[in-house]
Amino acid sequence: MKPAFSVIFLTTLIGAAQGLFLLLVGSQALGLAHTEFLILGGVVCLVLAALGLFASFFHLGHPERAWRAATMWRTSWLSREVIALPVFMGSVLCWTASLAMGWPGAAVWALLGALACVVLFLCTAMIYASLKFLQEWASAYTLVNYVLLGCASGATLAAALAALRQAELAPPYVLIAITLTVAGAVSRSLSLRRNARLRPRSTLQTAIGIRHPHIVQIATGFLGGSFNTREFFHGQPQAVMVLARNGFLVLAFALPLLLLALSISYPMLLPVAFVVQYLGLLLERWFFFAQSSHPQNLYYQRSA
Amino acid sequence: MTQLALVIDLNVCVGCHACVTSCKQWNTSGSAGPLTDDKPYGADPSGTFFNRVQTFEVGSFPNTQTVHFPKSCLHCEDPPCVPVCPTGASYKRAEDGIVLVDYDKCIGCKYCSWACPYGAREFDEDRKVMTKCTLCVDRVTDQSLPEDRRKPACVLACPASARLFGDVHDPDSEVSVAIRERGGYALMPEWNTRPSNHYLPRQRTAMTIRPDDLVRADNPLKIDGQQPELPQLGAPGSEDYAT
Repeated sequence: MKPAFSVIFLTTLIGAAQGLFLLLVGSQALGLAHTEFLILGGVVCLVLAALGLFASFFHLGHPERAWRAATMWRTSWLSREVIALPVFMGSVLCWTASLAMGWPGAAVWALLGALACVVLFLCTAMIYASLKFLQEWASAYTLVNYVLLGCASGATLAAALAALRQAELAPPYVLIAITLTVAGAVSRSLSLRRNARLRPRSTLQTAIGIRHPHIVQIATGFLGGSFNTREFFHGQPQAVMVLARNGFLVLAFALPLLLLALSISYPMLLPVAFVVQYLGLLLERWFFFAQSSHPQNLYYQRSA
Repeated sequence: MTQLALVIDLNVCVGCHACVTSCKQWNTSGSAGPLTDDKPYGADPSGTFFNRVQTFEVGSFPNTQTVHFPKSCLHCEDPPCVPVCPTGASYKRAEDGIVLVDYDKCIGCKYCSWACPYGAREFDEDRKVMTKCTLCVDRVTDQSLPEDRRKPACVLACPASARLFGDVHDPDSEVSVAIRERGGYALMPEWNTRPSNHYLPRQRTAMTIRPDDLVRADNPLKIDGQQPELPQLGAPGSEDYAT
């Protein structure tokens, strides 16, 4: 597939916002965090989610009709995401406002926001995992990775914010971020191993229904490009794919882990750790899209 | 329940692309809006088509077959592109099973094209909506047309009659009989999309010719024995034993 930058930004930004919010709500429930810190966290959450939502509109051909996307929630995970994201953002907004203004009901908004957060993780991942013939995506790893990577970047961000505003929270957050980043690295590595071993269920033989071991495409039916040759091919050489994979393994996992560990002595490394991890996750998401091979590509093996 | 569909005979298709051009002509002129082209006369032309004819070479030289493979939406009985649509723009008509896109509801998110394993949907870069084969729904349901013209443009255009059109749920229809008796098959059966369109496989055409088939044993012009190349004049030929 051709990676769509709107979707890459959407999924990584809201993932970090969701991870951050879950950690903030957890800290609030345990009575560890100051209200001032929670308000700051809530605002950061909102900004990230709003940026993600903004990016998602660039994916649409008709953004002015985006409201229609909420209608088919009975069957479409995308439609469910379209509902869950505003519910999440609305809950975070109300939660932050309640804390800032001293209104009652912050706990209710925290609970609703956390619930929407979990549902949103599920929806975002299932958009990809439910496409069964995109075999690289159709796996429980997709869901686990979206949750773990979102929570890991959110925890790193929480640690960075804590270093700036409530230093005593930074060490536990760093510990959580390290745990989640390690878990994410393990889960993502396992999914890489699974995808490397995949055997495509569709072949040129099943695609055109001719049972012969030797079939070569002579012509795709047109000389120029088409939607089919643009949307489903990333167009990068294998070397770029290897570079992207190694790059995200270093930037999203190895380097942030090192920076998180060093932050015990140098807390000001935490914002750097978040930025590095976020860049790594952008690369991870790019690779996630590029690596999946669509069965329609069987019909476009030769452009002539 | 009616399920309109195409049956495409790969044994007959000669790869002339008449179905492609007639499809483009009919559907770009229709009430549903144009199928736009981008830089049609430029260096890198691109455009929206509902139907493509691809060519494959099967086998290794010298034992090869050239297979022309027309490819359009298969109007699946269980279309994976429909439930994923967040707006309901993508739908399957209950009355005749045609899978359509409501261009006024489509937000252009392209998710349905990801969900189609066949690559049957093409995003129109100019109109910013997803488009696909309509099975010429505006032709096949048009009561003002004579009945034998109520067929998709591609079917009417095919000079080799490689494309059959009809109701695959009616066991006695031309298409059902062709599927049943000529080994009609569906594409990518592994995903259980149950395509309505079927393809008829290549067949090896064999013909047995006996010597007397070439000379017409009972040719009255040779009855006078003036044609010496026919030694057994009047003797029984293969046709005399036919029954």
